[in-house]
This record gives sequence, structure tokens and C-alpha cells, in this order.
Amino acid sequence: MAYSNKVLDHYNHPRNVGSMDKSDPNVGTGMVGAPECGDVMKLQVKVNPETGVIEDAKFKTFGCGSAIASSSLATEWLRGRTVDEALAIKNTDIVNELSLPPVKIHCSVLAEDAIKAAINDYKAKSGVTAKETATA
Amino acid sequence: MKLPIYMDNHATTPVDPRVFEAMRPYLTNVFGNSASRNHSFGWEAEEATEKARKQVASLIGATSKEIVFTSGATESNNLALKGVAEMYAEKGNHIITAATEHKAILDTCKRLEKHGVRVTYLAVQQNGLVDLNQLRDAITDKTILISIMHANNEIGVLQPVREIGKIAKERGVLFHTDGTQAAGKIPVNVLEDNIDMMSISAHKMYGPKGVGALYVRRRNPRVQLTAQMDGGGHERGMRSGTLNIPGIVGLGEACGIAQAGMAEESKRMEYMRDKLKDRLLASLDEVYINGTMEHRLPNNLNVSFAYVEGESLLMGINDIAVSSGSACTSATLEPSYVLKALGAGDDLAHSSIRFGLGRFNSEEEVDYVAGKVIDVVKKLRELSPLYEMFKDGVDLSKVQWTAH
Repeated sequence: MAYSNKVLDHYNHPRNVGSMDKSDPNVGTGMVGAPECGDVMKLQVKVNPETGVIEDAKFKTFGCGSAIASSSLATEWLRGRTVDEALAIKNTDIVNELSLPPVKIHCSVLAEDAIKAAINDYKAKSGVTAKETATA
Repeated sequence: MKLPIYMDNHATTPVDPRVFEAMRPYLTNVFGNSASRNHSFGWEAEEATEKARKQVASLIGATSKEIVFTSGATESNNLALKGVAEMYAEKGNHIITAATEHKAILDTCKRLEKHGVRVTYLAVQQNGLVDLNQLRDAITDKTILISIMHANNEIGVLQPVREIGKIAKERGVLFHTDGTQAAGKIPVNVLEDNIDMMSISAHKMYGPKGVGALYVRRRNPRVQLTAQMDGGGHERGMRSGTLNIPGIVGLGEACGIAQAGMAEESKRMEYMRDKLKDRLLASLDEVYINGTMEHRLPNNLNVSFAYVEGESLLMGINDIAVSSGSACTSATLEPSYVLKALGAGDDLAHSSIRFGLGRFNSEEEVDYVAGKVIDVVKKLRELSPLYEMFKDGVDLSKVQWTAH
């Protein structure tokens, strides 16, 4: 199968690879997929609690080249967006940007799921933190 | 050393230049039909096929009259299974095969099941081999055929054909083996191994594509087949159709070359294969060999690089041609059923690479491949959340995954 140049670029030069401290209240972590299915994505966002802007995003992915490219692209797009803007990212945006063929659409779906999981994790955590602060 | 490097010799092999030279006249001046009995053009063609028949027979310890030329191993497998099922229908309707057979066997069995044949698919052990006790237990008074491959096309393991043949003989059941990967690579003797039918392909042993053979035993017992291709009654009535003379000449020459050089070649394959294996194991952790090393083709290595997905690995080694059992590289989007049958888990199937060494690979190429694979696996593990979790001591089998 031929890969688009953008997929190859992300594969060869993945952006924002790494991990952030899961226990940091400003960090949201999303992990989606399963090893038996052949792809697992871990996506993390670090949010400025004052502004709601994502200041940093990191990923690690076990999966095919398109899965790696989708999550790498997602981290690029997440940086500088607000949490709500991040939730507006659709898998079809990723498909279009990377010119993914039909058999690779699930990679983009997984990336969208990872974004949502990371944001939801952040929201849940910050919600809990706020409540705790209120009761204290 | 030239790039890209071809190391996928279980898929196909290049035609040996000596094979091509042997074929050349039959693609040009010598064009007769071997069925033309009354002129020199036909006689020349017939002479060529009979020479090839001898070469094929000699490679596997058979006699010329026991060789039926076909279009390849898929056809040979179809002819053996369907031909026996039809011919021996009055005797019984049960066939025994194994879960790790090639699709040409498995899908033929599925077709036969629709026509009232009962098929037992033996599970394999973790080492890839069938359990002989399970085989014995599976035989009933309705069993007419056991079909178990000699060497597996993915993991290269060698089934105990001699023992299987002995069991089949004792129980009065015919034994067919798919010898596609074994013939020309390791010694095969249909008499010593009690093989009644054997499928052979030319393009897996440096011959041309589109030609193969089925060995059909003539004595003790005499195997009869119902033809699956009707027509002019060629090949003793078992396979009609004008003979593919250039292809058959190529198959014969390929067999001759393989037989003459087998001892030396298999030693060279084993040396290079083991060098590749040893380097990978020395430089990387969490590398798993799929299938037993003890009973294996000398040119096969199938390994799983845990926590790295196969297609992404292939992408990183794009100047090397190998195969993966990953779902992403298959048409069905399912991971390799052969690796799944070993019970190692789907995750290791997704991470597997098959290296198939061949006559035209050099030690320099092996060194290059080893180095490149090691680099790319290391790079991809830096990217792998699973490798990170493994390093942090997380038990991945206990993680709640979101399967999709």
C-alpha cells in the first residue's frame, strides 16, 4: 500500500512523542485501543487551568504507520487550542489532512477517541479537584 | 549490495538463470504439443516433459509415472482433496487436516463440507506441530484421507510426516502432504515417509510461476483420483489440458538443481538464518520466535517483536521485502490464523515478521537486514505506549482495554 507523503513525514518524524505525569491535575490522559486489535494510542494534554488552553500534548502509539501519523497530527492540532475547540476535532479532518485510504479510517477514529478520552480525563480530574477545594 | 533486498522467499522465489536457460528453447523454437503423437514437433515436446517428469520424481523418491503436472500447488491440493473425496465417497466421507494448513487446503475442505464431507481440523501445539495422539484419535472408520502439510509457509515448522504416514498406513487411510515449501529445500522421500500424494510448486524453488505437480502413488496402495478438469485425458486422465511445456521444463530443471545442491544450500541457509536470529536476540529484548526451531525449514525465521506493530515495522524497513502476520497487512484485516493457532495471543501475531531466506541472499544482506530491523524496532518502541508500560512493570494482560 502506498502511503501519502504526510503519513510518511509523521512516521519518519513523529511530533511530540513522550509522556507526561499522569497524576498532575492539569494533565488529561486518554488511552484507547487494545493490543489484540493491533493498535493502542496514548494521548496526553496539559491544560492551563486559568485559560482552558492546551499548552502541551504528547502521544505514544502502538499501531500501523497511519495510526502513528494520526496521533502525531492530533498532538500538533491540540497545542494552543482550548479544551472545547479540541473536542470539535473530527476524525474526518484527520482523514482529509493525511489522505488516509478507506482501510485506515479506523486509525483516525481511534485518534478522535483518544482526544476525547484525554479531554474527558482532564475534565473529570479538574472537576474532582474543584469539588475537593470547595469542601476544604 | 543492491537495495531493495528480497527476503520473502516463502511467497515466491526468482527464477534461477539456469532454469530460464533450460526453458528458453521451449518458449521459442520448440513449441510442439506433447499430445501430437505423429510428428517430430510433438515428440520433442514429449521428450522434454518426460525428462522433467524424471527430475521431479527423482527429487522426492518417486517414479516418473507417479507425477501429474498441474498449474501449481493450489491446483494440486484441490485435485488431491476433491479427487479423493469423490473417488472414495463409497468408502467414507471423513478428512483430517490441521488448522495451520494453507488456504488452498482449508478452503478446499470448506467446499467439500458443503458437499457432505466431514472435516476434522486438528489444533496444533504451541510449537506449531500436530499432536500424533490427537491424530490417531481423530481417525474413524469413515476416514478416507489425512492431509497435513510438510513445512508451514509462515512459521516454517516441519510436521512429523513420516510418523503421520505410518499412522495413515496402519489405519488404511490415504496420506496427502502439501510439500510446497519443503520440496527442494529439505530431503523428501515419499517411500520412506509413507506419502501417498504430495503437492509441489515450481515458483517456490526458483522455477517459473504457473506450474506444479501432484505426486500420486501407483503401488502399495494405488491411489485413484477423480479428475477435476475434464478434457483430452492428459496426465493419465487425472488432469486434462495441453501441457505447459516451458513451465514443466522449468519445474524439472529447478528440481534437478535443488536436488544436486541441497546439502550445501541448506547448510548455507541455516547459517545465515541463525546469524540473523542470533543478532536480533542479542540486541533486542522481548523477541519471540514463533514455532519450534528444532523442526524447521533452514531458511525460515518468524519472530514477534513485542510491543511493535508489524505494518509499522515493515514501513520502517521499506528497503527490505519481508512479510508480517499483522492484520493491517492482510486482505481480511485479521491477524495471521497460523500464529493465532499457536495460542500465543493476537498481540504477538500483530507484531510478527516472517523472514524467508533464499538462494540469492548473501551474508552481507543478512547483516544489513539485522541492523536495520534492530534500529527500527528500537525507534518504534520509543513510540510504543505498551513498551513503556512493560518497562514500568505493568501487567498488560490485566489492563482494561477498549477493544474496537
